[in-house]
Amino acid sequence: MSSLFDWFANRQKKEPEIQAQPERDIADGLWTKCDKCSALTYTKDLKANQMVCLECNHHMRVFSDERLRQILDPDSWQPMNEQLLPLDPLGFRDRKPYSDRVRETQDKTKLTDAVQTGLGKIEGNPVALGVMDFRFMGGSMGSVVGEKLTRLIERATQQRIPVLIVCASGGARMQEGMLSLMQMAKISGALERHREANLLYIPLLTHPTAGGVTASFAMLGDIILAEPKATIAFAGRRVVEQTIREKLPDDFQTAEYLLGRGFIDAIVPRTQLRKTLGQLLRLHQSPPTVPSKLVMHHLPDLKTLSSIEG
Amino acid sequence: MASNDRRILLDFEKPLAELDSQILQIRELAEENGVDYSDQIYQLEARALELRKEIFSNLTPTQRLQVARHPRRPSTLDYIQAISDEWMELHGDRRGFDDPAVVGGVARFNGQPVVMLGQQKGRDTKDNIARNFGMASPGGYRKAIRLMEHADRFGMPILTFIDTPAAWAGIEAEQFGQGEAIAYNLREMFKFEVPIVCTVIGEGGSGGALGIGVGDRVIMLEHSVYSVAPPEACAAILWRDAGKSAQAADALKITAEDLQRLGIIDEILPEPIGAAHADPLQATEILKDALIRTLAELSSMGSQQRKDLRYQKFRSIGVFAEASLTA
Ligand SMILES: [Zn+2]
Repeated sequence: MSSLFDWFANRQKKEPEIQAQPERDIADGLWTKCDKCSALTYTKDLKANQMVCLECNHHMRVFSDERLRQILDPDSWQPMNEQLLPLDPLGFRDRKPYSDRVRETQDKTKLTDAVQTGLGKIEGNPVALGVMDFRFMGGSMGSVVGEKLTRLIERATQQRIPVLIVCASGGARMQEGMLSLMQMAKISGALERHREANLLYIPLLTHPTAGGVTASFAMLGDIILAEPKATIAFAGRRVVEQTIREKLPDDFQTAEYLLGRGFIDAIVPRTQLRKTLGQLLRLHQSPPTVPSKLVMHHLPDLKTLSSIEG
Repeated sequence: MASNDRRILLDFEKPLAELDSQILQIRELAEENGVDYSDQIYQLEARALELRKEIFSNLTPTQRLQVARHPRRPSTLDYIQAISDEWMELHGDRRGFDDPAVVGGVARFNGQPVVMLGQQKGRDTKDNIARNFGMASPGGYRKAIRLMEHADRFGMPILTFIDTPAAWAGIEAEQFGQGEAIAYNLREMFKFEVPIVCTVIGEGGSGGALGIGVGDRVIMLEHSVYSVAPPEACAAILWRDAGKSAQAADALKITAEDLQRLGIIDEILPEPIGAAHADPLQATEILKDALIRTLAELSSMGSQQRKDLRYQKFRSIGVFAEASLTA
């Protein structure tokens, strides 16, 4: 426990560093090989194209720091709740203790847990943004992910701004047991209040979005966007295949498949994502109709208002 | 009764069954020969009771799981029919499906109209296949929320009964939006003005259970379990060995006591000695009394207060560290 705090303290002292993506970098990282078509591309060009292969349009994995840079207006990011750190409430140990797993992942990724949350702007529009990071134990959702997203949504409700969550997760984090499962309800409750205030929530489903994340905030958007070819599932492909004992079609549980079934609104190529988000935010910018319940609460204000006008 | 049915005897119940059959034999002998063996019978019965108590108060998580899955364990329909003064089952999600893995309807409970619903496991193999072993499809979750919306409109408290290994993971389940169906319920259940009491009566299997599990009170029967993932699946993923499910059941903290300690559930209802399947009538009485008491508590609050408390209850779940950043 104390070592987590130490680690965090050390992290604070360090300069923020730009994340390398070693698994994609070839030798000195100058060139990157597409994991779909094997084309070699000058890494700088690939990054300029937001890690979308220039040859085959394959959307390579992008992690949270890179994603923030791609989506947000420069210098608009104000991170929130970076001080929240995972604990090991169950004393969980599989082939390795959970606390070791967490520490190793933190060291490797320089992340505190599987989501970054904060406030920022997209084409000038304020937004409360959560970005999950698949590198951190498969983007799994435990207490910290649940708490950070809940605080983010509550802040957005308070400040009357939209919420955008970039999903990338295998689901609930088993190592925190039922505490993880309950984060699904907790986040959904916060989204209910945000929605009750007539505010906009957009999840962006990226590869992969699965399990408890799919069965909660990923599917609760007013408008749901996805990246091309992203796997979006409740039960994983292997589980379904085992259940029904037959092979599934190739496009099963892809973004394209979900679009065809009416579960998402649009598939947005990454290179057009920022523009699309800006457009959607502008379209929903006009002050929403105040729900009748809020009018009731604010009756005294109306009186003040009329006396000022009078 | 159930303990005499050797086909569904759990391993740790076997010594009990042996004692029970001994008692039976002596009784028969006494009858045949007209000899008074009542002392011996009394002693054996006392021993059986002690042994039963001892065995059931020391169950491992895996054994709990076995009890929770016991084929003779009272099901949602058993409880609904036994605790309500009158009851009518309602059908369908109004979206094209009537999932037999979820049952629900309107009832009168302790004189008050309520809506009751839950996952339904089969009572025998044929019934189990028809009910998909209590694994609900999207249509089941949509039927459930439709009934809850009905309850909310008519001011009827909602009583849900959780008993499912998991949400169904078939191809149609994905096709028709299993994730969306569960997610929708999680959000909407925070909205309802009426009291909601959720009781885990057997198996609480991950998101499939939670899909009808957002309540003002979440109660567990003593030998029921509630788990983030089936221990078998967890073992296969984390240990890469499905045979390690006992370790997984241990590590996941799935028993009522553990979950109360973690702040996940509010109350544990004691079961009859030998668990609910040994004495379903008594189990029913215990459940009924608890629900009457809980509904009375919840009904004394205003609906806004109840909703706020419901929000706070789930809001406060989670364990993490918060380092101070004063520097
Ligand atoms: Zn390519």
